[in-house]
Amino acid sequence: MSLVELHAIHKSFGALQVLKGIDLKIDEGQVIALIGKSGSGKSTLLRTINGLETIDDGTIMVAGKKVGDHDTDLLQLRLNVGMVFQQFNLFPHYTALENVMLSPQVVKKQSKGEARKIAEEMLAKVGLSDKMMHYPDQLSGGQQQRVAIARALAMKPRVLLCDEVTSALDPELVNEVLAVVRQLAEEGMTLVMVTHEMRFAREVCDSLVFMHQGRIHESGNPEHVFASPKTPELASFVGGLAG
Amino acid sequence: MPEFTLWDIVHNLLLAARWTVLLSILAFVLGSIVGLALLLVRTAGNRWAVRFVRGYVELFQGTPLLMQLFIVFFGLPLLGLDVSPWIAATFGLTLFTSAFLTEIWRGCVESVAKGQWEASTALGMNFTQQMLYVILPQALRIAVPPTVGFSVQVVKGTAVTSIIGFVELTKAGTMITNATYAPFTVYGCVAVLYFLICYPLSLYARHLEGKFRHVTR
Ligand SMILES: Nc1ncnc2c1ncn2[C@@H]1O[C@H](COP(=O)(O)OP(=O)(O)OP(=O)(O)O)[C@@H](O)[C@H]1O
Ligand SMILES: [Mg+2]
Repeated sequence: MSLVELHAIHKSFGALQVLKGIDLKIDEGQVIALIGKSGSGKSTLLRTINGLETIDDGTIMVAGKKVGDHDTDLLQLRLNVGMVFQQFNLFPHYTALENVMLSPQVVKKQSKGEARKIAEEMLAKVGLSDKMMHYPDQLSGGQQQRVAIARALAMKPRVLLCDEVTSALDPELVNEVLAVVRQLAEEGMTLVMVTHEMRFAREVCDSLVFMHQGRIHESGNPEHVFASPKTPELASFVGGLAG
Repeated sequence: MPEFTLWDIVHNLLLAARWTVLLSILAFVLGSIVGLALLLVRTAGNRWAVRFVRGYVELFQGTPLLMQLFIVFFGLPLLGLDVSPWIAATFGLTLFTSAFLTEIWRGCVESVAKGQWEASTALGMNFTQQMLYVILPQALRIAVPPTVGFSVQVVKGTAVTSIIGFVELTKAGTMITNATYAPFTVYGCVAVLYFLICYPLSLYARHLEGKFRHVTR
């Protein structure tokens, strides 16, 4: 069984149908890139996986359990699914270390010592051991995003969702964040990422999922999909990127 | 007829001013507690709770404080509750204060970025944890200046309780005027005393505003 299984997911915002029946399986250790035009529903799909958006119809299974809309279900779900956002969303009133320690302490009820140990480990992993005592506004965008990744990892999720994690960064800061994501992928972390970094997707991802108008229009091995798109929509999307 | 010196007047007003200060503090503290409870109820977001709090706020913001006090003072006895001016004044001002504070604080909570809610939700926190560790600490920083600023309104609001017979600064001023026939002197002193209570609060609020404006965390 796959780690995450989405079946016939439907979602509307008012009259606007954003997801029109999504089926997707994500295996343990798989790295998936979600691509598609703006408004095609990539973020919405990602956010349904950890319950930030409720769904109108369909089923979501994570780690073999069906996700209901009960609060305890959602909590259980979020322990398995971490998320990193485009805008970092660090807690500005806490230091980097405190940002990473908070959730293990209050949600998982870990002791301060335990939480600190894990936080230091995670911050070391993203290369920020020397910035632990800094507040978010004392860090560059790239550093903030790496703290956000460490914060998500400290909860030991089984899958990490990344929504355009480099889109808010100055170009010279993109690579330090991508390097961290690449390292996670190499270590076997299950990743679902919405990205516009096509070269990165090609190099790092096992599978590429192209969304178009609320549906998965085409998917498969990145090399394949890029080299010979089967649908004109993907061809024009890929072509648009090149040109 | 006895002669009143200026010191007699000021002395008696100072004694009464204690009650103005005490009533202000009571109303502010109790109003903060009720206001915080209303804020939590409203933010937790049950549709009926939201409506109730909105109605509550509109009721107290949309009617004169004097009418609110009258209704408390004359209404509660109709329900068989015997209320002293003290209780009526405290109760009335608490309701008034809570309505304004909950509205001020709601604005502060709403000004915390949406991403903070999303990130803390994604980390598995429940509503109480989010409020406690993520939202309120940030909202509080924003809330301090307007809250201190509003405390001035509470102090001035206590003057209205003189009408229901609560002897604070304004009521004492009226009584002393009746004895001395020196309204200008007496009310002049009353005004100065209010100013001495309120001005430091205003100054402090302004100082905080300046201080917090530059602080992002
Ligand atoms: N909370 C919301 N309320 C109403 N409409 C929404 C909401 N969230 C998203 N939408 C709409 O749903 C559609 C899909 O949005 P979504 O954010 O999933 O797109 P996306 O593929 O991530 O686009 P982008 O590349 O711009 O991030 C858009 O038309 C968007 O305006
Ligand atoms: Mg998006």
